[in-house]
Amino acid sequence: MKARAFDYARPASIAKALAAFAEADGDASYIAGGQSLVPALALRLQAPARLVDIGHIAELRGIAVEAGWLRLGALTRHVDAHDHPLIAAHAPLLALAAPHVAHPAIRNRGTLGGSVALADPASEFPAMMLAMGAEMEIAGPDGTRRVPADAFFVDLYQTALEPGELLVALHIPVARPEHRCAFDEIARRRGDYALVGCGIRLAMSGDVVEEARIALLSVGPTPVRAHAAEATLTGATLDPDAIRHAQAALMDDLDPVDTPEVPAAMRRHLARVLLGRLLAQIAEAA
Amino acid sequence: MSATLPVTLTVNGETLTRLVEPRETLADFLRRDLGLTGTHAGCEMGVCGACLVMLDGLPVHACLTFAVQAAGTEIATVEGLTESTVIADLQRAFHERNALQCGFCTPGMLIAAQGLLARLPLPSRAEIRDALSGNYCRCTGYEAIVDAIETVARRRAAGETAPRFAEEPA
Ligand SMILES: Cc1cc2nc3c(=O)[nH]c(=O)nc-3n(C[C@H](O)[C@H](O)[C@H](O)COP(=O)(O)OP(=O)(O)OC[C@H]3O[C@@H](n4cnc5c(N)ncnc54)[C@H](O)[C@@H]3O)c2cc1C
Ligand code: FES
Ligand code: FES
Repeated sequence: MKARAFDYARPASIAKALAAFAEADGDASYIAGGQSLVPALALRLQAPARLVDIGHIAELRGIAVEAGWLRLGALTRHVDAHDHPLIAAHAPLLALAAPHVAHPAIRNRGTLGGSVALADPASEFPAMMLAMGAEMEIAGPDGTRRVPADAFFVDLYQTALEPGELLVALHIPVARPEHRCAFDEIARRRGDYALVGCGIRLAMSGDVVEEARIALLSVGPTPVRAHAAEATLTGATLDPDAIRHAQAALMDDLDPVDTPEVPAAMRRHLARVLLGRLLAQIAEAA
Repeated sequence: MSATLPVTLTVNGETLTRLVEPRETLADFLRRDLGLTGTHAGCEMGVCGACLVMLDGLPVHACLTFAVQAAGTEIATVEGLTESTVIADLQRAFHERNALQCGFCTPGMLIAAQGLLARLPLPSRAEIRDALSGNYCRCTGYEAIVDAIETVARRRAAGETAPRFAEEPA
C-alpha cells in the first residue's frame, strides 16, 4: 500500500510543467489535489517515474467572470464549488452538486480540474460540465485550445486531453435569469459514488421550456447527455404529461451495462425516477 | 529508490526542514520522521478518515498528500491541537459521552469535528453525520460521537470554555 518511488517536480508555470512532463518521455503524471491519483499510486494501479505537481501554478488558479463566461482555474477546489459566491451565482449546478462529491476533507483538496481531467463517469463535476455547456481550456506544446464539454468526454477515463496536455481552466456560460437548475443523485450512503445522478438546466419562459440540457452520471462509460429527453421537453409546457414523456424518452438515451451490484435495468429505473423528481421540483418552483 | 528532497514546513507551530523521499506520504512523515503517532494510518487510501490533519487550517487526509506537496504549509496534528487546547472541549465531551472505545478513529473524528464547527458553528445532527461521512468508527456506532459534537456546538455557542484536557486518574 505504498507508492513506487518516483521523482518529483514542482514547476511554477504552465510552460515549465509541460517541459517537466515532456522530459520524462511519457512516464509522468500531473498531480493536482491528489485525491484520486494518490490512492491509485498507493494501490500501484499507476506507477509513473515522475510526478509533476501543478498545485503551485498561479495561472491555473482564479475564479472570475469575463464577458458572459465564468472562468474557473483548474485548481479551483471542490470546497470552492460548495462555498464561492461567484460559483453559486453563475454556475449553480456546481454548487448543488458539490455536497454530494466525496467527503469534506477530500473536498478541501480535490480540484475541479482534476475531477474533469480524470473523467470518472461516476463523478458529479464532469457531468455538470455537460449540463452547463462548459468549455475546457487546454494547454499543450502547440499552444492552447478550447474544447466544448460535448466533445471533451470521449470514453471511459478518456478525454480530449492528449498525454502531457494540461487542463488550464473550465469556462462556463453564466447562468441566465430564465435558467432553472436542479441536481440530485441516488447513492447508498452520502459521499459514496452515486448509483445514478442527474443535473438539469432548463431555460424557461413562464412554464414553457425553451431550451433543456440534461446530463447524467454513473449510467455509462462517460457522463451522458440526455438528448432524447431534452428534445421532448423543448417547446413543451412543463406539466406532468411533459415530464412523463421526458422520462419515457430518457430510456432511449441510456444504455448502461450490468454490473455485479447494479443491474442495468435498475440503473435505468433509478434514472427515470430521478429525472421525474427533478423536473417536478423545477415545475413546482416555477 | 529516488533521491530525497529537502522539505520545509510548519508542524504544530514549529518550522522544520527534513529530507524526504517524494513517495513518502504526509501520514508516514508525521508518524515515522517526527514520531507524531497521533495521526493514525488505517486504509491509506482516503476511505477511513483516521489520518486527518489540519493543513493550513482545513482538515485533509495525511494519507492522500505526499510530504513534498506539503512544503510551505502549516500542519496541525491532534498532538498540536491538544497542546494548544483548541479541541479540549471536544476531547472532554468525547470522554464524557463515551464517544470512543478503542480510540483508533478518534484523532480523525476530532479533526473532522473541529473542521465542521469552524464552518458551521451550530450544525444539525444530519449535518454532523454528513460531515463525518468520511470517518469510519468500528466501535461506537457513531451515535455517541454525534452527541458529543452536538454538545460542544451548544457549549461553544453559549461561550463555555473547557479546561485543558487531561485523563482522569483511574
Ligand atoms: C474516498 C474518496 C471518495 C470520493 N468520492 C467521490 C465522489 O463521490 N465523486 C467524485 O466526483 N469524486 C470522488 N472522489 C474523487 C475526488 O473528487 C478527486 O479529488 C477528484 O476526482 C480529482 O481531483 P484532484 O485534484 O484530487 O486530482 P488528482 O488526483 O491530482 O488527479 C487526477 C487525475 O487527473 C489528472 N489531472 C489533474 N489535474 C489536471 C490538469 N489540470 N490537467 C491535466 N490533468 C490533470 C492527474 O494526472 C490524474 O490522472 C473521491 C475520492 C476519494 C479518495
Ligand atoms: S488512512 Fe487516510 S483515510 Fe484511511
Ligand atoms: S472507537 Fe474504535 S474505531 Fe472508533
